[in-house]
Amino acid sequence: MNIFGDDPAFRSGSVDFCGVRKTINLAFTPEVQPGDFILVHVGFAISRIDGEEAARTFNYLEHIGALAEEGLTP
Amino acid sequence: MRYVDEYRDPQIAHALAGKVAFMATRPWVLMEVCGGQTHTLMRYGIGDLLPKGIELVHGPGCPVCVTPLELIDQAIHIAGLPGVIFTSYGDMLRVPGSHCDLFQARARGADVRVVYSPMDALNIARENPTKKIVFFGVGFETTAPANAMAVWEARRQGLSNFSMLVSHVLVPPAMRLILESPKNRVQGFIGPGHVCTIMGFREYQELAEEFHVPIVVAGFEPVDLLEAISMLVAQLEEGRAEVENQYSRSVEYQGNIAAQRVMRDVFTVADRKWRGIGEIAQSGLVLRKEFAAHNAERVFQLEPLFVEEPKECISALVLQGLKKPVDCPAFGKRCTPMSPLGAPMVSAEGACAAWYQYKRHA
Repeated sequence: MNIFGDDPAFRSGSVDFCGVRKTINLAFTPEVQPGDFILVHVGFAISRIDGEEAARTFNYLEHIGALAEEGLTP
Repeated sequence: MRYVDEYRDPQIAHALAGKVAFMATRPWVLMEVCGGQTHTLMRYGIGDLLPKGIELVHGPGCPVCVTPLELIDQAIHIAGLPGVIFTSYGDMLRVPGSHCDLFQARARGADVRVVYSPMDALNIARENPTKKIVFFGVGFETTAPANAMAVWEARRQGLSNFSMLVSHVLVPPAMRLILESPKNRVQGFIGPGHVCTIMGFREYQELAEEFHVPIVVAGFEPVDLLEAISMLVAQLEEGRAEVENQYSRSVEYQGNIAAQRVMRDVFTVADRKWRGIGEIAQSGLVLRKEFAAHNAERVFQLEPLFVEEPKECISALVLQGLKKPVDCPAFGKRCTPMSPLGAPMVSAEGACAAWYQYKRHA
């Protein structure tokens, strides 16, 4: 993602949606930096995806999946 | 795509369903409030993965579905006026008014345009200074900050030819209505992850405490929903009624403060009629007086309307989780996505449309 504009209300970024690029308004996510993953709704970023939280949840979920694979009840 | 594909992993999905089956000692009725979640549950057949006793009912969380018939009629009226360019999210165009829909209005010559964002409607207003540009501002809390920003910017930029026809609704008052009903069957809620991304989940804690009902704020992928269901069943089996956050990669307790600020600056809470349900106190957002110049109801001096819903449509009961779409005699016969009687058959997020698409042959 590239970010342009200094006015916080007009800060916007070019966001890659699996190959399709669109300009997205970043007024609600001042913390977003190039390279971040964001949640977009009607042209606005509404949150920055928290990679650490996602990894933590997912490690737990994978653990449940692995237990089931071994025939153990989670 | 990262943060999406891994939440569609079938092995994890099956493991979570197994966990639910292991934990559940009795039947439980769970409701997903949000239409986006209804769509995922139907598309991936998640109900079929779960043990028989776990019943999923669909909530009122489809903004297209709950926009009152009167407002659709008013939108069609405005769209037909000379010099108006009427702009809307695409899914509103097929919603039946009492005589026609916005697509049919367009076929008769009205200038009706689909936009991706309310900011696109602002651009149209800037490029067409001699026209009146109206945006149909429909949605829940997720969409409200974007729509608020468009009105805020219209005022800042002096775009006096831009106005908004507002039909904004709020989730917690609708959940309260469901919980207060003597016929309520819902024992746990899958909370709306995108609404909570904006609003946080303080209001949901109040509901959980007051009604002793567990609520798990969840994402929109199959694994998200299955994890939320397993968290709900764990709470119910243990007799707990708390708010838990399954969607922590996006939702924080306080929500998105910047978005809430713009929402509060532009909108104020008011009573609002929900299609199929009726008026719910303090359940909607309207433009503040300071923005009256951008309020389409004022600009076009709309009179209050009252229109009867089609009698055969049971959408009120479907939206409150009291009936399933297949319980309706018109379902799939006189009411289909191509020719909908009621709004839940229109939007992809509507419970009836989701059942029609994924479960009508089940």
